[in-house]
Amino acid sequence: MTHEQAKTLIGERFGSAEVAPVSAEATGKGLVVTVPAADWQSFARFAKDTLGCRFFSFSTAVDWKEQGLEVVAKVDNLDSGLALMMKTKLGPGVSECPSLVPVYRGADWMERECYDMFGIRFDGHPDLRRILLADDWVGHPLLKSYAVDTPHPPYR
Amino acid sequence: MGLRVPGAHPRVEIKPPVPTIPAPIWRNIKDLQEWEQLHQKRPEGDKHSAAFESLTDGIHSFPGGFVVTTVADAFLNWARKSSVWPVTFGLACCAIEMMATFASRFDVERLGMVPWASPRHSDLMVVSGTVTIKMAPMLERIYDQMPDPKWAVSMGSCANSGGPFRHGYHVVKGVDRVIPVDVYVPGCPPPPESLLNGLLLLQDQIAHFRRTGRRAAPNPKVD
Repeated sequence: MTHEQAKTLIGERFGSAEVAPVSAEATGKGLVVTVPAADWQSFARFAKDTLGCRFFSFSTAVDWKEQGLEVVAKVDNLDSGLALMMKTKLGPGVSECPSLVPVYRGADWMERECYDMFGIRFDGHPDLRRILLADDWVGHPLLKSYAVDTPHPPYR
Repeated sequence: MGLRVPGAHPRVEIKPPVPTIPAPIWRNIKDLQEWEQLHQKRPEGDKHSAAFESLTDGIHSFPGGFVVTTVADAFLNWARKSSVWPVTFGLACCAIEMMATFASRFDVERLGMVPWASPRHSDLMVVSGTVTIKMAPMLERIYDQMPDPKWAVSMGSCANSGGPFRHGYHVVKGVDRVIPVDVYVPGCPPPPESLLNGLLLLQDQIAHFRRTGRRAAPNPKVD
């Protein structure tokens, strides 16, 4: 499947739909698709089943300060070389996002790390707890609002 | 197989209680005088016999007898410094240089050092690398498991002060906030020659342990 075919398919399935703006623009390495948060899981299902992107590459988040958080995930179709970057903006003050674990099992630890660093609550995640930091950690360090010199007794 | 409760479900096992670890005593000890006071206060069963105590006291107070005791101290310190066993404990990239130091090219065995894989048989901890806040309790616990007298070498910028990660969110700003450190080896990472120099300095400190009579103390936490 080429990028153009994938773009057409996305436009048919999500572009003309009743929901929200889906902008798909082709880049040199793949497609960047921005979907609303309500379509996050259904789009992942569509990408896996229809576009054949069965490889979950990574998932992370971006803190755009007053514009809120943005969740980013990259999935690949290793057979045809299609790389699909999925993005969704959560909006200011929102930290809930649908989980991709029901679709991609590999999203489990990625979303745990995302929760650890950004405090995003993934609805439907089977085991959402901290993965890198200690269990008694206060705050989410990769948020722009996190003070780096937050005291963490007894060692600093 | 654990204990079984009669009548209960056969798979229900009673776990033995988790042992509580007492707070280490070295934490409150500032110098050798306090250490000796503590040893005078320890329970009867833990002391030398009264005859031995009076014998050593008598030798020390006898005119010229201090020569015997200081010579004995010098001998004991020579023995200590000649067989410092570092515990193999690597944290980050400094551990590679530490391993190179322990290997045949730089050969610390000529200094009497045997890298030993158990803290309970070791005298020295080389903190080689970045100490994260999550790792610090484990490091402290391993240090507490080492028998006295024990020494610690802080190796590399990260262990000295936090290094390039000092302003990060998860790094302890110097391992001396966790355990007392005797020798700081600068470098990022220090080459094996630097670590060897630090180990020689440590041997020098051990040889003069009695004369200086001070233990290193954890630094105050100031920011």
